[in-house]
Amino acid sequence: MRLPTFRGGVHPPERKELSQDSHLSVLPLPERVYVFLANHAGIPAKPIVNIGDRVKTGQLIAESGGFISANLHSPLTGEVKEIAKYFHPTLSKPDDAIVIERSGDDEWELLQPAKSYDQFEPEEIIQRIKSAGIVGLGGAMFPTSVKLSPPEEKKIDLLIINGAECEPYLTIDYRYMLERSEGLVRGILAIMRALKVKDAIIGIEDNKPRAIERMKEAAKSTSIQVKTLKTKYPQGAEKQLIYALTKRKVPSGGLPLDVGVVVDNIGTAYAIYEAVELGRPLIERGVTITGEGIRKPLNVVSRIGVMAEELIGHAGGAQETVERAIFGGPMMGITVPKTDVPTVKGTSGITLLLKSEPLEEFPCVRCGKCTFVCPMNLQPFLLNLYGTNRLYDAQVENGLIDCIECGSCSFACPANIDLVKNFKLHKRVYRSLKGGAKK
Amino acid sequence: MKLSMMAAPHLRSEDNVRKIMLDVLIALTPAAVWAVVSFGLKALILILVCTVGAEALDFFVMRFVRHKKTFKPDLSGSVTGLLLALNLSVAVEWWQALIGIFVAIVIAKSVFGGLGKNFFNPALVGRVFLLISFPVQMTTWFSPFDMQTTATPMAILKQGAPRVFSLQEMFLGTIPGSIGEVSTLLLLLGFGWLLLRRRVSPFIPIAYVGTVAIMAAIFYAANPGFGSPLYHIFGGGLMLGALFMATDMVTSPMSIKGHLIFGVGCGALTMIIRLFGGYPEGVSFAILIMNAFVPLIDMGTKPKIFGKPKKVKSNA
Repeated sequence: MRLPTFRGGVHPPERKELSQDSHLSVLPLPERVYVFLANHAGIPAKPIVNIGDRVKTGQLIAESGGFISANLHSPLTGEVKEIAKYFHPTLSKPDDAIVIERSGDDEWELLQPAKSYDQFEPEEIIQRIKSAGIVGLGGAMFPTSVKLSPPEEKKIDLLIINGAECEPYLTIDYRYMLERSEGLVRGILAIMRALKVKDAIIGIEDNKPRAIERMKEAAKSTSIQVKTLKTKYPQGAEKQLIYALTKRKVPSGGLPLDVGVVVDNIGTAYAIYEAVELGRPLIERGVTITGEGIRKPLNVVSRIGVMAEELIGHAGGAQETVERAIFGGPMMGITVPKTDVPTVKGTSGITLLLKSEPLEEFPCVRCGKCTFVCPMNLQPFLLNLYGTNRLYDAQVENGLIDCIECGSCSFACPANIDLVKNFKLHKRVYRSLKGGAKK
Repeated sequence: MKLSMMAAPHLRSEDNVRKIMLDVLIALTPAAVWAVVSFGLKALILILVCTVGAEALDFFVMRFVRHKKTFKPDLSGSVTGLLLALNLSVAVEWWQALIGIFVAIVIAKSVFGGLGKNFFNPALVGRVFLLISFPVQMTTWFSPFDMQTTATPMAILKQGAPRVFSLQEMFLGTIPGSIGEVSTLLLLLGFGWLLLRRRVSPFIPIAYVGTVAIMAAIFYAANPGFGSPLYHIFGGGLMLGALFMATDMVTSPMSIKGHLIFGVGCGALTMIIRLFGGYPEGVSFAILIMNAFVPLIDMGTKPKIFGKPKKVKSNA
């Protein structure tokens, strides 16, 4: 039987073996955390605490600043030390963060009431997800409550849970599926209730047979299906995942809800379980600390806003010859210039890579590999040609905005041309030329 | 620990352009060795002069004319040189071949902007230039081993003389012709290597050879004097052209649909020239003519973007 998948894609080295057998450990409570006001896509949160305030773990410290925004809660019990600029791992520049210093024990302030998901009304579940500050933990950090409140006219009939974890090296979703399967299933059931849908599918790549088996077992008495996907990058990209599982194509410029689907990541589903049934706001998450540059790669649950340096130390420290520190995995992750950079809600991994041979760039020989691997069916070589000649309108006509920035083209290119890097830049140039108008 | 800021993706495939070119050279090696075995020392000299000369000339142009200070030889010149050599009669002198190399590397390739930018297959431009400049040497053929001047299978067909070559001889390569084109078997072996290494798509040769076979079959049915399909496939430069010249990435379309259109066009033009033209052989001209249509074919065969209702309008 052929496993469901999408057209295109690449097979980078997976290197999951570095960390996949390490059980989830818990990072000892850090002395300080740095909670960015921009811990989500959209408008930064507004602080509601002052310097010197004492806060409990889970206490609201900054409020959602608009429709697309999210609440922030204190990851520690202690004192607000300062609100100052620190290097932000995904914005790649200094940005405002609330710094909290720990004092004494972990004293929680929980959201009330905490009870079984089926005793909540659907709207109450969405409200709880909003209060708990839950955002997409796959990396995009889009506020989940917004995603779960589609406009009236969009009829949602399916929830997809993304357990593909196609990004090489990362194993955190895998460990959650193995070790937190009961909570995950309850989280998924809560989302289904919130969306009023009867069907949910968990899509998992076939390189994770134990996770497939474990999730099937945990979801046995529910209507949640577990489906095996072909292992191929980027199988976990939203549009490709929906297509593989349902053959529905999200229209160009559209969202999953245009084809009646909502997609959530494994980590998000678990955070929803914790918020709904345990009353815990989103203040911690699982992170894979991995790469050839890490002495003891592992999976760890840690508070949001801990310095990467501390996580690396927990994983046995870094090798001498580390060249890049990446927030996220090696295909889509972003490098940071130093390791004392705090994590955010979307940090699924920290990958340290060793020194590599400098890439030799060649001219494009029109081999067509980029076109063949592009999961969006674009022609990266052509987009790049237009872009380097500043023909941005022609680029957009040929699908620049449809590019999902997965990096498959750059990975495959035998001329080592930085295709996706250029596209990210060209998108920004195009948008600024259009006066920030979204297209 | 000194950290570098670098753009994603942080993993890259092991592939590079030089490795692709090396694989093409490896794929052409069996045919080149056979050329030396059957046509002797002069074939060896032609191959060496062309291959080394083309690489050196490419390097010279890149470094000292176009001032690419960091340019390192990428073997693309060698591929052009070797292909040109394999497309020559052993009657061609080494200095004539060098003129062909100059035309191929400087005029057909560098003037257009170098590797990846040329519209026409450089080796074929060089060959056609030589064909027009030195018609005698370019069309004087020797039979292998005994080195008697003789006519090629394709020329025999044109003159209407009785056929003297069996299919077996043509398949194995004990026939007169350009030094690298004679053995269909060894060319297929080399192409198998490229397929194995996923360096090439098989659709251009399939469409090309298929079209030749179909057209030959139709004319053969009408009049056996036109030659049988297998005679057309094995007897001339078709295999070398279809497997190694028409499949040049730079000068062929990018999509599978484009490959098929390109291959059919090459096949039809080859047969028209062979059956009705003044030359006994039409492969070089057919491919060069189709090279000119590549931008048009590419424009007409753009892939449909995922989630777009219909094809995007072209602005190229």
